[in-house]
Amino acid sequence: MISRKGKEFLIQNLFLFFASISIVVLFLIMAFLFKEGLPIIEVFSPLRFLFGKSWYPTYEPPEFGILPLIMGSAAVTLGAIAIAIPLGVATAIYLSEVAHIRVKELLKPVIELLAGVPSVVYGFFGLVVVAPWVQDLFDLPTGLTALTASIMLGIMASPTVISISEDALSSVPISYREASLALGTTRWYTAIKVTVPAALSGISTACILGMARAIEETMIVLMVAGGAAVIPRTLLQPVRPMTANIIAEMGEAVHGGEHYSALFAIGVVLFFITLALNLLADFISHRFKETGSATL
Amino acid sequence: MKGQQIYQQVAFLGLRLSTLIIISVLGLIIWFLGKRGVSALSWEFLTQAPRNGMTEGGIFPALIGTLCLTLGAIIFALPLGVFAAIYLTEYAKQGRLVRIIRLGINNLAGVPSVVFGLFGLAMFVEYLRFGSSILSGSLTLGILILPTIIRASEEALLAIPQTFREASLALGASRWHTIYKAVLPAASPGILTGAILGIGRAAGETAPIIFTAACFYTPRLPHSIFDQVMALPFHLYVLATEGTHFEKTLPLQYGTALVLLGLVLGINLIAVVIRTRLRRKMRW
Repeated sequence: MISRKGKEFLIQNLFLFFASISIVVLFLIMAFLFKEGLPIIEVFSPLRFLFGKSWYPTYEPPEFGILPLIMGSAAVTLGAIAIAIPLGVATAIYLSEVAHIRVKELLKPVIELLAGVPSVVYGFFGLVVVAPWVQDLFDLPTGLTALTASIMLGIMASPTVISISEDALSSVPISYREASLALGTTRWYTAIKVTVPAALSGISTACILGMARAIEETMIVLMVAGGAAVIPRTLLQPVRPMTANIIAEMGEAVHGGEHYSALFAIGVVLFFITLALNLLADFISHRFKETGSATL
Repeated sequence: MKGQQIYQQVAFLGLRLSTLIIISVLGLIIWFLGKRGVSALSWEFLTQAPRNGMTEGGIFPALIGTLCLTLGAIIFALPLGVFAAIYLTEYAKQGRLVRIIRLGINNLAGVPSVVFGLFGLAMFVEYLRFGSSILSGSLTLGILILPTIIRASEEALLAIPQTFREASLALGASRWHTIYKAVLPAASPGILTGAILGIGRAAGETAPIIFTAACFYTPRLPHSIFDQVMALPFHLYVLATEGTHFEKTLPLQYGTALVLLGLVLGINLIAVVIRTRLRRKMRW
């Protein structure tokens, strides 16, 4: 018979074990990505892998330079945040500072609900509606371009940007606004000079997380970005972002071969890009957090 | 002051316009898919397997496959997530360990879904030799939704007033007994909300299951957890990107997209409704 104290001790440590699983999993993910991805580094130097301009995995000899894939990801991500950040932040300011409380209470849950739309559905919509539209508008040989992917990614990422920005704006104490308005300023002036600056850390976090969503998104870019592994000059060209490339080629890569290993190495690159963005978002939201009215 | 007022009018107009654009674009997508998809829906579409090289028939095996995968994911992730949340809210003292654990959870939430797919392929499919199966896919999806479950459970546990715990402890109950008998029952609707959100997320994910569980086509339903299955999101991807019969299968694509969209939004809606009612009810 274990004493009551001993039993409590056991239970507490059991829970600690379960709580640590997230970290264990994170390390397992890293371990397995490295285990499968490192062999390519032995054949191909890391610099040649990261900055090589040609990705020809099936040539003889093969070329595994992922710069075109990185640039593909960069192109669609920049396009996406050019749409999602201005529209998303403006909508968040509207919901928090301008809209009637009823409008806000209706739209906020709707937007949060829309954040859950599966990305393959956005990809499908991009394929059947936006791609033909882009093709006609710019008179292109194909509608599957970086622009098409950017539009869909921007639409997909905006609920994330809105939701987190709006939370940040809403948590600015009402006394800030009252103090500013009492000085005779307009609501817009108060919003732009007082509320938005006070919520800036939260808004920045929202923008970084929105960007991370665009970089890591797979199905949309796989379906509508076009799939050409070349460094894009304009947004009207087809591109092949890193995520799309992994899915597109994994089926044909021989298990344990160089190509297989190279695809895991792209996973390593993606893992660290998103890890860096998440750590940055975490840092900003903690470091610059308004901790109450006394901090201003 | 007058200039300021005009300035404000213009700025507010811009904000309204942004909101209108986003809401109408999102609304348009759903309306369009709803309109095109609804004509493809029928009882046969939902209850029959694809026929003639997937150019006719229904989506029944894909529905069942998605059901198996999401159930598997939640069976795996719910206990782990709730236990982790119990540690973080009920036992842990603020300190370095908790900060590290939280950082781990936050970063796990940020891992790209395609990386989960690679991990599932390397660990479950290849290393543990589960093969491409319901088991591998469920474990991969389970890890993917773990942070969602932990966060929702934590929020639910934190919302329980301290007085609940004090009252139980004052009666001489042990800490675990207090959690088990007083805190968890009160927090269960909130935990349920998190579980439902996790289910919604798992049901819509494509990239993590392509190499761990999903197959193009199988008319037979799964018999064990080591079977490959069709899955709704992967089925939509396959139909939409398979070049030769694109036009012919378009109604099937719209139908599949609508079912998937309806399923995920419906699941999330249930979670939102529970949460809203909970917030109204919880006046302790």
